[in-house]
Amino acid sequence: MSAAAPAIPRLEKVGRVTQARVILSEWTKLYSLRSTRWSLFAAVLLTIGLPAIFAAVTNSHWAHMSPHDRADRHPLDIALAGVNLSQLAIGVLGVLVITGEYATGMIRSSFIAVPKRLPVLWAKIVVFASVVFALMLPSVLIAFWVSQSILHKIPQLQTSLSAHGVLRSVAGGALYLVLFGIFCLAFGAIVRNTAGGIASFVALFFVIPPLLNVFPTSWQNAINPWIPNSAFRSIFQLTHGSHSLSPWGGLAVSLGYTAFAVGVAAVLLVRRDA
Amino acid sequence: MIEALALTKDYGDKRAVDGLTFTVKPGHVTGFLGPNGSGKSTTMRLILGLDAATSGDVTVNGKHFRDHKAPLHEVGALLEARSVHTGRSAYNHLLALAQTHGIGKTRVQELIDLVGLHDVARKRVGSFSLGMGQRLGIAAALLGDPHTLLLDEPVNGLDPEGIHWIRTLLKQLAAEGRAVFVSSHLMSEMAVTADHLIVIGRGKLIADTSVDEFVRRASGAIVRVRSPQATALRDLVVGPDVKVESEDGALEISGMSPEQVGDLAAANGITLHELTLVQASLEEAFMELTRDDVEFKAAAA
Repeated sequence: MSAAAPAIPRLEKVGRVTQARVILSEWTKLYSLRSTRWSLFAAVLLTIGLPAIFAAVTNSHWAHMSPHDRADRHPLDIALAGVNLSQLAIGVLGVLVITGEYATGMIRSSFIAVPKRLPVLWAKIVVFASVVFALMLPSVLIAFWVSQSILHKIPQLQTSLSAHGVLRSVAGGALYLVLFGIFCLAFGAIVRNTAGGIASFVALFFVIPPLLNVFPTSWQNAINPWIPNSAFRSIFQLTHGSHSLSPWGGLAVSLGYTAFAVGVAAVLLVRRDA
Repeated sequence: MIEALALTKDYGDKRAVDGLTFTVKPGHVTGFLGPNGSGKSTTMRLILGLDAATSGDVTVNGKHFRDHKAPLHEVGALLEARSVHTGRSAYNHLLALAQTHGIGKTRVQELIDLVGLHDVARKRVGSFSLGMGQRLGIAAALLGDPHTLLLDEPVNGLDPEGIHWIRTLLKQLAAEGRAVFVSSHLMSEMAVTADHLIVIGRGKLIADTSVDEFVRRASGAIVRVRSPQATALRDLVVGPDVKVESEDGALEISGMSPEQVGDLAAANGITLHELTLVQASLEEAFMELTRDDVEFKAAAA
């Protein structure tokens, strides 16, 4: 570098900010971080690996299992077992997508480039949701096939995607992760702090639901289906009892929760000082 | 062009910026001067719409910053606080910003070369020194070929070569017809780069003037006189509007011009060995004007 007067290159053509351009920018931001690649890799690995391990364990113990235990096993529970863990990786990444910018100050650069702010939030949601769906749908399908092929000697645990509700359940697993991820992203945008964002979704989805046991059973039956955790999970559960929402009902309620969280995040994003 | 009108910002019950009215014109380097905590950074955040003003208004090139279609083409900003994700490479940081405006990779590479980050462009920003971080900030500010530049303490952390580079750059940007608004708490830095000064203390406007005039005004025209008949001279000049102090056997008279002092001495037959108009340095002028406005002051010894 020369210390003498540098020639500052002029820019021939200056484009305006569009939603599509902000989406491209957010795609660059997402893939260029190591934490993103690790979280997604972990999510894929858990989604596929855990069902494979469960299937292998079930397969080797099947001969010694009691009829009661056998009846307790369901092929879809095994195939979607990984979702229970990979949701943590997805949730943490969803939070980080926005709180990582607040923690480092990047949010200021983002809002100087796009001072209307909302296009940044929409772009983050679109990019994050697309990436999660594009990775998780194949992952749950692979998990299904892998677990089924490991269990091929056990007729009771055989099923196929054409069986009633199975494809919906498996694809629902991917959709669940997408919606859950968006929900966590919105929480990150509201809390603007990584630890706080993660604590919020863990509390809401994993800590509070068991605490509802203090209520009388009739109350629990009335409340349980509607709390975020149960509503979201209804999307991919094969069996739906009288105290849980139908898959489409669960999807509708989950979309409602997600839309509400995103709405609050959007209002706060515009109103608050960055 | 930046136009602020009675710009005010409260954080809770603390007023950070208090009724600031000023204009930053194209073709000049305008220095934005004030002690630490005087509201410079807040003012810059208000200009950029990062914070909303409590009252008053500020526009950039005739519009609120957020209403521009291509914001990076209007304003290039380097904020004092770090505003880069530490996990991303310099190249990807600039690329992500460029893409919001459809600016291509060639331009990103050009600016990386311009600021001298070529060798580290693919390294994570977290490993950068303060100086390298500043260079990256400058590259981001120049990305959209902006009409107005907003630089908060740009020489912070730079080595002497880097400081020289920034000074040259600022002057060149102004010579190209851009409005350059650069803040500093260092008067000496402004003395070499700025044409015009906006001085604030505790969020309030103290001065909005050329650098030369600022010094002239703040120095209060002290006349330094040496005379063997110092006591007689002191008795002659001292009055309600005139103050006299003794310094190293000389008298420092404020409130009179050198002509007035010389004429008075001649009329009374007083010999003068020295008669000088003392100009305060920019640094002293700054200290003088902001003395009461420094927020965090060391206890008087």
